Amino acid sequence: MNEIKLLGKKPTRHGFGEGLVVLGEKYDNVIVLGGDITGSVMTSYFQERFPERFFSIGVAEQNATTIAAGFALSGKIAFFASYSAFSAFRNADQLRISIAYNDVNVKIGGGHSGITVGPDGATHQALEEISFVRTLPNMTLVVPCDYLETKKATIAIGEKFGPCFIRFGRSAVPMFTTDETPFEIGKANILREGKDVAIVACGLLVWEALLAAEELSKKGINARVINNHTIKPIDVETLVNAARDCGCIVTAEEHQVHGGLGGAVAEVIVKNYPVPMEFVGVRDKFGCSGEPEELMVKFGLTWKEIYASALKAIERKDKGFIGLRQVKDVEDYKE
Amino acid sequence: MALEVTFSDKTFDNKRRKPEEFSEIALEIRRDIIKSLYLAKSGHSGGTLGTSDIFSVLFFGGVMKYNPKKPDWNERDRFVLSAGHLCPVLYSTLARAGYYSTEELYRLRKYGSRLQGHPGFDMKLPGIESSTGSLGQGISIAVGMAMSDKLVDKNNRRVFALTGDGEVEEGVVWEAAMAAGNYKLDNLCWILDNNDCQIDGRVKDVMSIYPVDKKFEAFRFDVINIDGHNYTEIINAFNKFISNNESKIGKPTVIIAKTIMGKGVSFMEDKYIWHGNPPNEEQAKIALEELM
Repeated sequence: MNEIKLLGKKPTRHGFGEGLVVLGEKYDNVIVLGGDITGSVMTSYFQERFPERFFSIGVAEQNATTIAAGFALSGKIAFFASYSAFSAFRNADQLRISIAYNDVNVKIGGGHSGITVGPDGATHQALEEISFVRTLPNMTLVVPCDYLETKKATIAIGEKFGPCFIRFGRSAVPMFTTDETPFEIGKANILREGKDVAIVACGLLVWEALLAAEELSKKGINARVINNHTIKPIDVETLVNAARDCGCIVTAEEHQVHGGLGGAVAEVIVKNYPVPMEFVGVRDKFGCSGEPEELMVKFGLTWKEIYASALKAIERKDKGFIGLRQVKDVEDYKE
Repeated sequence: MALEVTFSDKTFDNKRRKPEEFSEIALEIRRDIIKSLYLAKSGHSGGTLGTSDIFSVLFFGGVMKYNPKKPDWNERDRFVLSAGHLCPVLYSTLARAGYYSTEELYRLRKYGSRLQGHPGFDMKLPGIESSTGSLGQGISIAVGMAMSDKLVDKNNRRVFALTGDGEVEEGVVWEAAMAAGNYKLDNLCWILDNNDCQIDGRVKDVMSIYPVDKKFEAFRFDVINIDGHNYTEIINAFNKFISNNESKIGKPTVIIAKTIMGKGVSFMEDKYIWHGNPPNEEQAKIALEELM
């Protein structure tokens, strides 16, 4: 599976916008609500193509979320997108009651997520929404890895009945999936085979995981790379197989290490097949202004941290340390 | 002597009635409320008794179009109880309309009952259009429904929703009002139960919402002020909404109904401590005697 290549760069939000247009063409009952930043989260594509099915709600994310529920209760597939900071948190109560508890056909787009929002700074860098959204019963949560997968995921959640949340970003990020790459909600993709360590990633950290695996291979370490695009429902089988085959796991996400992908994977592993785990993500900090690439470095979200964590996980496995942290700090493994 | 509670199986038709015909229906609903809350040992007595007259006209006065035998009928008008804590009055009303047996009223708030403490859409209780109870959400859902009907499906359905007056202290309520005015939702009828009571005291003391009629006017509503216990005024208000809708007035309608919390039970009337309390056995006995 070494044929994965960098195909250029493009923001995932473009995939979301294009996916909405595909859905609009296919289904008359798709409607989209705007929250004043339509050109940022690319709902503007749908607005241009289907103005009669696009409704501006203004800067009112709570209202937009519940209005979406009203449309869904009237037989519509209702999308609302804003920045994750506002479409997962400002409207948290609405997501919980009107969307999740009602179990209605509403799809929420969380754009401009993660540290790579960049210069806008901490207020706009949502790093906690995986943790919140995945605790809501009835909810599906997807975090696609690149532009094309975001397009496929947008179409897929539109075609799946029930509450769904899709997380995507602002800046141009590596494209490496193709039309042939499978995408199925709830089915993680193994992008690279290996039996020494499993790297489970989502979003743009999937690409970093591939880079880390490539570096590890130079040391004779074969890492399995899993694109865990669906956080909920999580693919238990693929994760347990990875634990059994590889004996240790590293998770990687552009999100707080608490309660996100790492937490979701740990819940599966601890229960079914405990192995040493390491977590790459933002370590209980708020972000700050900066360029996406420098923030990725500053907050430890690059292949290097994944690489170091993989070595650490392997050492813990080899020494038989499942729960004890008697190994050196990650810093010591950095090259 | 212990209080023995029974619910009759009487139902009422939905048809145009003379004002005086509603008092029998409202009394039946008020008795249901007292009985079911007494059995539940928790719940909201005040606002439910206070809105019983409005519910009687709305559901049994030929105002709303619905079919209790076909609750999902796609031409029905919809009612959203944004003030979800008032559900005992809605549960009684729906049972008396024939959506389900009055037997269910025995089990309000009990484990396994479809009559949840606040309406739960997951219970699939016929006539319930959405979960509500987190204040401010139901009215916003109603706005979404009205937008879907008027702007996408372009049908003749109407959406009714009821909020409390303490509820409009929630900011999202005014986001909903802004959208309703913006989209000229003349198919939306917003009923504001204005009893000036909330858990902590008088609305004007806890956080004044006044002048509330002027606020709705500013949000581009047609505002109708009524006495929420005067059947003639209630009927006329709904008639005005229907004429607003039929003439495509281009404005949503709000009916601001002055009501008395606990109406019909002397010791509960206009006392805010009855917002969230049920009657005990002694109180229920007295209440039921007064509601004969």
